[in-house]
Amino acid sequence: MEFQIIWFVLWSVLWAVYFMLDGFVLGSGMLQNFVAKTDIERRVVINTLGPVWDGNEVWLLTAGGATFAAFPTTYALMFSYLYTALLLLLFALIVRGVAFEFRGKVDDPRWKAVWDRALLVSSFLPALLFGVAFGNIFEGLPMDAAGYHGSLLSLLNPYGLLTGVLFVMLFLVHGALYLSVKTTGPVKARATATASAAWIPLLVAAVAFLGYTWPATHLFDNYLAHPALLIVPLLAVAALLSIRIFLARDALLKAFTASCLTILLVVTTGVVGLFPNLIPSSLDTRFSLTAFNSSSSLYTLKIMTVVALIFVPIVIAYKIWVYRVFRAPVTNQDVLDNKQAY
Amino acid sequence: MDVVTLCRWQFALTCAFHFIFVPLTLGLSVLVAYMETCYVLTKDEIYLRMTKFWGKLFLINFALGVVTGITMEFQFGMNWAEYSRYVGDIFGAPLAIEAAVAFFMESVFIGLWIFGWNKISRNAHAITIWLVAFATNLSGLWILLANGWMQHPVGYVIRNGRAEMVDFMAMVLNPNGLLKFAHQMVSGYTVAAFFIMGISAWHLLRNSETVFFKASFKIAALFGLASTLLVGVTGDYHAVDVAKSQPAKFAAMESVWETRDGAAMHVLIIPDSANERNSVEMVSIPKLLSIMATHSPNGEVKGLKAFPKNERPPVWPVYISFRLMVIFGLLFGLLALLAFFLSSRNKLQQYPLYLKVMVFAIPLPYLVNQLGWIVAEVGRQPWIVYGMMKTSDGVSKSVTAGQVAVSLTGFVLLYTLLGAIDIYLLMKFARKGPDGDLSSLINPAKREV
Repeated sequence: MEFQIIWFVLWSVLWAVYFMLDGFVLGSGMLQNFVAKTDIERRVVINTLGPVWDGNEVWLLTAGGATFAAFPTTYALMFSYLYTALLLLLFALIVRGVAFEFRGKVDDPRWKAVWDRALLVSSFLPALLFGVAFGNIFEGLPMDAAGYHGSLLSLLNPYGLLTGVLFVMLFLVHGALYLSVKTTGPVKARATATASAAWIPLLVAAVAFLGYTWPATHLFDNYLAHPALLIVPLLAVAALLSIRIFLARDALLKAFTASCLTILLVVTTGVVGLFPNLIPSSLDTRFSLTAFNSSSSLYTLKIMTVVALIFVPIVIAYKIWVYRVFRAPVTNQDVLDNKQAY
Repeated sequence: MDVVTLCRWQFALTCAFHFIFVPLTLGLSVLVAYMETCYVLTKDEIYLRMTKFWGKLFLINFALGVVTGITMEFQFGMNWAEYSRYVGDIFGAPLAIEAAVAFFMESVFIGLWIFGWNKISRNAHAITIWLVAFATNLSGLWILLANGWMQHPVGYVIRNGRAEMVDFMAMVLNPNGLLKFAHQMVSGYTVAAFFIMGISAWHLLRNSETVFFKASFKIAALFGLASTLLVGVTGDYHAVDVAKSQPAKFAAMESVWETRDGAAMHVLIIPDSANERNSVEMVSIPKLLSIMATHSPNGEVKGLKAFPKNERPPVWPVYISFRLMVIFGLLFGLLALLAFFLSSRNKLQQYPLYLKVMVFAIPLPYLVNQLGWIVAEVGRQPWIVYGMMKTSDGVSKSVTAGQVAVSLTGFVLLYTLLGAIDIYLLMKFARKGPDGDLSSLINPAKREV
């Protein structure tokens, strides 16, 4: 029982950290075409992401692996039910990864333009799809004893799409703030302006999401049963508002930190509402996949807990160190100096 | 085609494509780390140029390995949901551990290595590539322990309608997984050694950068000689383990139909599966098959007839892949031996024919790695977990043939495109040769750190 709860928490943390970290990579990828005009500016944007994108994406693989190891039934059903959506996600993530690596390898404007477009689409699509997927998980999937009754089209319901829009806006603002911290000159100015401009639609999406969550899902049940939990969504709103405040004071690193917290707290708001469900059934709650009915055996959970307790802190330690090594903004000169740069 | 067949093709093709890039990564990471270490120790600029040149090719190759790896993890759930549900309790663990222990390390430090030239000290920079090499190989270990468990399931009981782990250490110490890992690791090193020797040979044939490419060739030659030798040794022990833990696979590898003690090995065989015999068996070497299977001249070798027809793997692809793998393995040993002698006596350029052979030999170890996996995976059929669960029982129930036909087509198109671009880029930069001016590569301020 305790171990299943521990793994529900770890599962949530892995997803939340993944969205926080890949969120700014996806957001920056969506913005690269717009905040960077010249080739060198576009290279700067990609090189701010270069040292970290791969390590950030591994959080997704770890979240997937942890779902497999700790909640195999959920892993099996979630991945097979959402087959086509995950396929699109995979293709997008594959294209995004090679776009970083390939873009700078041929010195031809048309070649680079192709990869700039590819980066835009392959960054936008995962943001939207993750939002749609989580929106549908919050609502519950149409599953019962006979299996799954949904399709790719049924995922694109209003609440799913709204959550998709929320994720896109969250990542756009997050990416813009990352670039405003990590670049200099005109790119920094454009990124900062984009963050300010995109914050308002983000707020609208967030308010609409919170409002629509009430009729569309059962996420509020846990909050009604334990009102003290409402602190989580309140903090999420506070973090979201503080982005704006810090932006107004030109405290960009603080605004980015607030944006990190916003994403962590939005995900936490969702999973607190879900608990103990990992994927509720929208047809019959007896077929909901929960931390208790879809988990691995106690023995496996204990082994995996030991592994997580040893290695997750080590991973976090060296990741923080590497972020510190690369804390300085990337300049045009940095890109020109390093022949291995993207 | 039915959904099981489509899922099989999709998994096989995406796995094989992923595995074009992995073996080179395994070996080249170690070689680039060695080159950078030489640079740090000797301060000789040639080693820095080597690190840069081979490192660039390493990265172009590495990128596709990373992105196609995500597909593998997703597909267990997407296409093989029944399998994942049935064995996830034990099979999920090594995959999750691989991500947490190895993949994080690899991905974080490769970023530091690419972009950290001016940010960290020279020693620290050399350490980052060793960490990448270590993590890459460690990643292989966990993946192959997972695969080893599918080949030879251990440490579990069937409980609550699924396979549940009861002995973690049994899975970690599974000889099938460990031997497969050892064999794969040195096979990857062979790919990398022939990659470097082949590209170096191409340049030596054109007299370009001869000092640089002779030195590169020499490093790869010694590494290649050791690797090809170890491929043989590990392969031999792996075969003995397979004969014990997966006798039907071993029987298919040598197209053995009758169970015999002191069995002979036939150099030339034409299997005839329909009649459960070989239509041709020529050039027999007495007792050799028993020695291969058991390391004892009178050991028992199980024949395919000992297994029900519906529990035998397809003989032809397993037999022919195994045979070709062994023949090529011997050839690589010979070529590596020549490489070692010619390069250590500085006589490479006197033998242009040999250099040409080495250029054309570049794709062969890749091919042989694929053949090895055909032996391993086709030889495991019809089981998804040997002796425990049939592949046809592991497929997702909710996925339709139409969905998989679309995804398979998508994968083939996308992967073909990306593979072509990657090979184009590898050839472009391999031909271009090393950069001459390195003054901008090292920040003068950090030089003496």
